[in-house]
Amino acid sequence: MTQTLRTIREVHDAFDQKRLSPMELTREYLRAIGASRHNAFLTVCEERALGQAKVAEALLAREGRVPRERLPLLGVPLAIKDNLVIDSIRTTCASRILENYVPPYTATCVARLEAAGAVTLGKTSLDEFAMGGSNENSAFGPVLHPTHPDRVPGGSSGGSATAVGAGLCVAALGSDTGGSIRLPASYCGVVGVKPTYGGVSRYGLVAFASSLDQVGPMANSVEDAALLLEVMGGHDPRDSTSAVAAATPARDALGEPDWRGLRIGVPEEFFVEGLAPEVERATRAALSWFEKEGAKLVPVRLPHAKHSVAVYYLIAVSEASSNLARFDGVRYGTRPSGEERDLAAFYRKARAGFGAEVKRRIILGTFALSSGYAEAYYRRACQVRRLIKDDFDRAFEKVDLIAGPVSPGTAFKLGEKLTDPLRMYLNDIFTIPANLAGLPALSVPNGKDAHGLPIGLQLLAPQFGEARLLGAAHAFEKGRA
Amino acid sequence: MHPEFEAVIGLEVHAQLSTQSKIFCGCRARLADGTSVADAAVNSNTCPVCAGHPGALPVLNRRVVEYALRAGLATNCRIRTTNVFARKNYFYPDLPKGYQLSQYEEPICEGGYLDVAVSETETKRVRLQRIHMEEDAGKSVHFPGYSLVNLNRAGVPLIEIVSAPDLSTPAEAGAYLRSLHAIVTALGICDGNMQEGNFRCDANVSVRPRGARELGTRTEIKNVNSFRFVEKAIEYEIARQIQLVKGGGKVVQETRTYDSDRNLTLSMRSKEEAEDYRYFPDPDLLPVLLEEAWIEEIRRGLPELPEQKKARFIRDFGIAPADAAILVGSRELADFCEATIAELSRSGMEPRAAGKPAANWLVGELRRLANEQGLEVSQSCLTPGHLADVVRLTQEQVISGQGAKTVIAEAWRTGETIASIVDAQGLRQVSDTGALVPAIDKVIAANPKQVAEFKAGKEKLLGFFVGQVMKETGGKANPALVGDLVRKRLK
Repeated sequence: MTQTLRTIREVHDAFDQKRLSPMELTREYLRAIGASRHNAFLTVCEERALGQAKVAEALLAREGRVPRERLPLLGVPLAIKDNLVIDSIRTTCASRILENYVPPYTATCVARLEAAGAVTLGKTSLDEFAMGGSNENSAFGPVLHPTHPDRVPGGSSGGSATAVGAGLCVAALGSDTGGSIRLPASYCGVVGVKPTYGGVSRYGLVAFASSLDQVGPMANSVEDAALLLEVMGGHDPRDSTSAVAAATPARDALGEPDWRGLRIGVPEEFFVEGLAPEVERATRAALSWFEKEGAKLVPVRLPHAKHSVAVYYLIAVSEASSNLARFDGVRYGTRPSGEERDLAAFYRKARAGFGAEVKRRIILGTFALSSGYAEAYYRRACQVRRLIKDDFDRAFEKVDLIAGPVSPGTAFKLGEKLTDPLRMYLNDIFTIPANLAGLPALSVPNGKDAHGLPIGLQLLAPQFGEARLLGAAHAFEKGRA
Repeated sequence: MHPEFEAVIGLEVHAQLSTQSKIFCGCRARLADGTSVADAAVNSNTCPVCAGHPGALPVLNRRVVEYALRAGLATNCRIRTTNVFARKNYFYPDLPKGYQLSQYEEPICEGGYLDVAVSETETKRVRLQRIHMEEDAGKSVHFPGYSLVNLNRAGVPLIEIVSAPDLSTPAEAGAYLRSLHAIVTALGICDGNMQEGNFRCDANVSVRPRGARELGTRTEIKNVNSFRFVEKAIEYEIARQIQLVKGGGKVVQETRTYDSDRNLTLSMRSKEEAEDYRYFPDPDLLPVLLEEAWIEEIRRGLPELPEQKKARFIRDFGIAPADAAILVGSRELADFCEATIAELSRSGMEPRAAGKPAANWLVGELRRLANEQGLEVSQSCLTPGHLADVVRLTQEQVISGQGAKTVIAEAWRTGETIASIVDAQGLRQVSDTGALVPAIDKVIAANPKQVAEFKAGKEKLLGFFVGQVMKETGGKANPALVGDLVRKRLK
């Protein structure tokens, strides 16, 4: 039954028509998770989910119908990426270091979803501390692709992407630092939105790179993603970087877009060597569809975009080296025996618990910030980041949206890139610029390749241009179906 | 002072701000009764933010910025209107996030100065390099074989006030520190309790041949917790460095700690072991933009500063400069003094007549009692009203100076009214000539030799006669009156 109830609208229609109750639906999802071999969940919070479903059921009985305005997520089972904290539910970040960490508070975005009636099924797997693009860096084993078990789901929000794609939840939360929502969304054939930086509170998101991280929705439809964004977005006094005047994308924006005069920028930098021919073909076909609907395609230049990967891997690792310093074995992380000679030995032992990729990034970041090198690496990277943002500002003077591929290819095989970090890093080449510039961007399904693997189309908008972004994606999703 | 060498001293002061809540969260920065959060149950005064829980984020306390501004405006600093917090990265168990949020390249205040009275007649201008805001760390408590961490203090706001190396003697350093202490307490931004660590000082000390332009290698003495110890630590360190250099040795750049029991400084870590703090702007806090109008509002709201108050005490109350300096060094002593003078004015005494005796009692007897009992004057039962009564009764010669001390000690302890203490203890002076004459006659009769000498011109003996009469009257006689009567009698 869950396979037929893919969206929130379908779930609420079923509730209204008494075809199914919130408790039945939640039990069904919990059963599906239990039977699944995808390894998408690290923690299933059955008790919490059933408690919430019970409350939803009572509310529904009283109201007769889902109060869609007041409780727009009533009884909707969601999955939460395991780098978002929930009071009293273990949060691991897929790391041995946090294997037993139980937070005493709840992330703002999760609290807002739950306040709107959502049911939290569990915590989904990720690359350790959200560092990776394949979900193979989890300390608790890789997550499998929803339909091709020999393939990766993409990362780092691979658990959430698989959970949505394999029907283990209605929608999910991910986080996107360099493409961690959009990449797995495109690999798994679901919708994934990275909001404008500051659009969704980061309070309760275990930080990887604070100036790049954003929480966003992953769902089976653009409409669902928009709804989740609307519920959890907006200013949070606990996050200084959350925007006061964040434009929450109303579902109203999903009406018929006014294509006349809508200008879509096509950056030549997004069509480069290494782009898989099938992905390029699908992307060009999507562009033609927009043109046919009445949009105008405009070539744009993002001359500094080619430095994005280099800039990203300096800024992100620098911030990460500091953000992960608190996992020192004193309060969080593996506790050494206490017989170490001195503090240095204590830390050495405690911090050995990180996985290889995390260690690599902490070391890179520590180097990039260190005295004598910070000027050439961290600071230079920040300057180039500014240039990349300026490129987008200039482009958006001429266009309303920018379109391109999400990733150079489709879901690759497990282990294929594991030994070559550089190749893995280059996989983020089209997603990273939006993070560096703080722009909203999404991935919407755009057909499949010859193996039947999903391809994603990426759309980007100016800051707080979520309404326009989601409107166009919604039209594309409907029009291409 | 050494004939061949001179010292160059700069001080870094950490003043804990007395805001209600911590710098980046809503936890208390001081307990309801104003005492230190260190006294709360261990780790009870924490939340996800100050305990450094994963995912928690800082939000800046506006009051901290206001307090830092007060400090900067009171010390003639330039104010930076765009403020950035940086992460100072280092590992230590009582640093919950693995970094301290502080200001690095862009401190809120820069380039101020302080005019410090270094002697009765001389002031010295000490430049301030910067004042910046930062968070305090937790506290490690060490036991044999293990250590425990208390995070109650983590996130309590501090300002660090860094002087230029403009000081050249331990006494100057002490005077600067007292002056700065008086300012932050007068501003109401710091409780200033050095024992509790409200006001901590690190001293940078180097020596060079007298007259040389180049600076010698400096050492930093960490966390000395009293004015006297700061002076002694610097004094020791200067002597140590001079001896080292004269013996052909070299001063090593290092951090040292002061052992007050043995009065010496000891090496903690050398520069080679110094950490690379990898400062970078904290991405969790946006730059803080200060509006000129707000800065001006704070400037206008600044209270009278100690130096201004001192000048007013001398000018309006006729208080001696040395006493005035002591009074304005403590906000509560100064307030006590003013309240006493106000009481006396209400009963018709001129402020200029009231000021001097009030100041004398405060600087002398009351401070002595406070030191003796380890209390503040305000913690005793004695009020400005009491002191005003004492001044008035002494002035009117109703009680003697000795009697006044007894009365003060009693009021300090019990809070009884001065009149009732005077009566209960029979301290009222005998100022009745008729009652004194018999005692004077008795003393004159008993000391013919001294009478002869006095008559022969040995004026000094007057004191002897007065003393004898006092003894005779059980200390109740009015000594001035006795003196007059003796003189008349023996003419």
